[in-house]
Amino acid sequence: MAAKKKKATKKKAAKRKSSPTKKAPTKAIGGRTKKNPLTKMDNVTITQIDNCAKHVYTKIIKLSKPELKFPVRSLSNVRYDRRVGHFQLGRNRKERTLTVNTVKNFAQTLKLMSFSKDMVHEDDFATKREAYYVSKNWGDAKFREQTESDSCMDDIEALFSLEGVNREQLRFYPEEHGGAVAGELIVIDKDSETGREIRIDCTGFGSGAYSIPHSVEQLKFETKAKFIIAIETGGMFQRLNNHKFWRHRNCILIETSGVPTRATRRFIRKLSDQRKIPVYAFVDCDPYGISNIYRTLKVGSGNAAHLNQFFCVPKAQFLGVMPQDIIDFKLQDATHPLQAVDIKRAKDALKNDPFFQAHKQWQKAINQMLKMGVRAEQQALAKWGLNFVIEEYLPHKLKNVNKFLP
Amino acid sequence: MSQQLGLFSDEPNQRAKKPMAAKKTRAGRGNTAEQMAKKQREISVSEFFTKNRHLLGFDSPRKALLTAIKEAVDNSLDACEEARVVPEILVQINQLKGADDTFTVIVEDNGPGIVKAQVPLIFGKLLYGSKFHRLRQSRGQQGIGISAAGMYGQLTTGNAVRVKSRTSRRSIPHKFSIHLDTNKNKPICTDSACDWDGKKHGTRVEIDMEGEFRRGQRSIEEFLKLVAVANPHVTIKFIDPDQNVIDYIAATKQLPRETDEIKPHPHGVELGILIKMLQDSSEKWIKLALQRDFSRVGPKVAADICKLAKISDKGHPKRIAKEEASRLKKAIDATKIKAPSSSCIAPIGEGLILSGLKKEVEADFYVASTRSPVVYRGHPFLVEVGIAYGRPGDSMVLLDSGKIVESEDKKKRKRNVAEELMGFADEPARIIRYANRVPLLYQGSACAITKAITQTAWKNYGLSQPRGSLPVGPMVVLVHIASVWVPFTSESKEAIASYPEIIKELKLGLQDCGRKLGIYIRKRKKLAGEHKKREYITMYIPHIGEALRDILSLTDKQVNITVKKLTTVLEKSRKL
Repeated sequence: MAAKKKKATKKKAAKRKSSPTKKAPTKAIGGRTKKNPLTKMDNVTITQIDNCAKHVYTKIIKLSKPELKFPVRSLSNVRYDRRVGHFQLGRNRKERTLTVNTVKNFAQTLKLMSFSKDMVHEDDFATKREAYYVSKNWGDAKFREQTESDSCMDDIEALFSLEGVNREQLRFYPEEHGGAVAGELIVIDKDSETGREIRIDCTGFGSGAYSIPHSVEQLKFETKAKFIIAIETGGMFQRLNNHKFWRHRNCILIETSGVPTRATRRFIRKLSDQRKIPVYAFVDCDPYGISNIYRTLKVGSGNAAHLNQFFCVPKAQFLGVMPQDIIDFKLQDATHPLQAVDIKRAKDALKNDPFFQAHKQWQKAINQMLKMGVRAEQQALAKWGLNFVIEEYLPHKLKNVNKFLP
Repeated sequence: MSQQLGLFSDEPNQRAKKPMAAKKTRAGRGNTAEQMAKKQREISVSEFFTKNRHLLGFDSPRKALLTAIKEAVDNSLDACEEARVVPEILVQINQLKGADDTFTVIVEDNGPGIVKAQVPLIFGKLLYGSKFHRLRQSRGQQGIGISAAGMYGQLTTGNAVRVKSRTSRRSIPHKFSIHLDTNKNKPICTDSACDWDGKKHGTRVEIDMEGEFRRGQRSIEEFLKLVAVANPHVTIKFIDPDQNVIDYIAATKQLPRETDEIKPHPHGVELGILIKMLQDSSEKWIKLALQRDFSRVGPKVAADICKLAKISDKGHPKRIAKEEASRLKKAIDATKIKAPSSSCIAPIGEGLILSGLKKEVEADFYVASTRSPVVYRGHPFLVEVGIAYGRPGDSMVLLDSGKIVESEDKKKRKRNVAEELMGFADEPARIIRYANRVPLLYQGSACAITKAITQTAWKNYGLSQPRGSLPVGPMVVLVHIASVWVPFTSESKEAIASYPEIIKELKLGLQDCGRKLGIYIRKRKKLAGEHKKREYITMYIPHIGEALRDILSLTDKQVNITVKKLTTVLEKSRKL
């Protein structure tokens, strides 16, 4: 009898080994060594994943339908409090009960969590795209499009963000690269192989610049700069960098190229928090520059409200270009009329965006722009000469820092 | 005003009218009226149809064979039903030796037989019959069919029509050999007593004719099959030229309800007919004539009509026919008269349509609807619709245990697709048309039934329908029009004329069935969707088990329990 039992378990073990759908291969090189054991945060992450899976498991064992409560990720579920300084996730939750309609998504969510746990154990990471391809090994449960896996990932991230775990801790990294940095700053990084400190001097890149890595948690900074300017366009960054504006004004220049990525936002946040220096945003004077680029930099986005506590810069202030600047600097003939999308975006910001609703000055400025019916790019200042921005505009603006909009 | 009414009469002198423009215009070149008069002579009906055989459905050899059988079967069924005998009919086609294209058509029934003196007239004289002058639902109408078949046979082979008849057990069977004199429209007949073992009463007709025997669509087989669908009380034995025997067994012994003969309804009578009826009336007073010669006219209605027409109640019908007929007609039209009695029409009935369809068409779903009788031009008529939908085996079946499985029928079903009436899912619906229980096989597109089906919005019932065409789907639509006078577009009785009243009624009947079909189709789609979703469950649940195993390091046993429990929970939650 006993022998029989033994045989049976052996068989089972063999079966399990041969199962082709077992853990997806996550690791080829590197891996966890004695030098980098699980950190505290890693343990939190693993506990959270385990708890979630346990919750589902117990429900099933009790013959009831398991459910997961995900925060709703949209601007409608966002609160803004001036004192907090960034968008906070509202109380709306979407409860996803395991039913026939959600069974696929449920399976994918759990598979993705399992994958995440594996990566924490192995000290590895996957980009969103890689995670999508890893799913191709899941048989029927695979994602058909990357948008599916991204959305699933965002849900998991939002779920765990309630417990203070962010996406990077779940080992999912964005594909996007960070912005460029130039100026009076020394970034202290670690060599991933030796663990030795590396000092990066951001004044030493010549006509190039330091590129912000996709994870900035381990970085430390040394700087005596007075302020940081976040610049929307690469062209303007090039101009200021080539003329060593940062040396003349003792500052740090950061290029965001459009809406700043998470890493860029986190970098600016850490830098300004650690070194206690102000951040000024210098973007185009149009609804996109104000309500998308600047708003996201300062208070975060609606879609990723769960991580705004880490990924925004509440201290940021708006340097320009202001609608009033168009008049003050006589740029009227260097403007373009607002397009239908611009007008819609501006009206939407006034109507639905808690940030603009909380700031009268901003409403005034946007209304002024709508009334003028025009937008002006940063480059419009070149109307008065290529270096007008360095010689006249920025010095003039920086004289009245207290006039910058919040 | 013409006094000869109806399309054809026994003395067709109308056909020999003087040409309108017989004026002498250019002397010497043209003919004089006198010269022309020499050429003008009577045309016999028989001669007319010899030249215009297509009018009677004898335009091609293939169709001729079918038409002959159709006419003979119609007559047999009419006779049996009138005599209240459950019909048993033998249809046989023999190929004549040495001739590929010549056949003998034999139709034998167990009807009441025909009195000796009448046989030559019925089979040998065109437009001789019992059904033309009365208003009663019957298959035959004009008294042309069977004699025309005989005439066609004689025309193409020269052989006489052979008839055998016995009226009762006590009477002696007689056999007849009948030739038609096409000039005089008169039969030339020889007869003699004969033996007919095993037959108590009945009629047998044999006609030799040129023809072409084909199978498949619009074949004799299909015709007989359709007869069996609409006449579930009929048993037919069919023997084809290759001596194959096909039996169509009756599903019921119950004959259709006996129909009453009715008088014309005043609202359906045209002025000419009204005048003729008044002239022929035996009554002296107009009021009494109206009461006697029309249905649904009582003393009050008759008085109302006379008052409205400003005619004295006691006016003489013959005088009124000459002078005040059109005023009378207007008065009749303006007076409200009860709809004609529906006792003159006998529907097949929803139950029998269903059993007829089930007998001959394999399908997943059957529905039938019989409308109440209504009137077009004074003639009561009634519409019946039956629909068979879905090729068996194409749908899912919900078991009592709550499981959904593929239908078992798929394995059982016949291989012979060509002979099935049901089309495929991507084909237009097949239409089966009947008028007074007679299948209509030709000229479908000219028929009111086809038009009504096309005009019905089948999309509302879950079927696809290209604009202005028939609905698409595995579907057979059966439509039956029963009336004392079915308005055919021609004498060959192939298509029904599109009177607005008829189209409207047809559409109502189709919609009636369509609604029920729609419910079924929606259910079926739901079931298919449900099946897909349940497949979903079994597809993804193992992944949930796997993920939980990987995160929580579960044993295989625990995983199996999880998967099983989760499957139960989810399948239980599905309600239908």
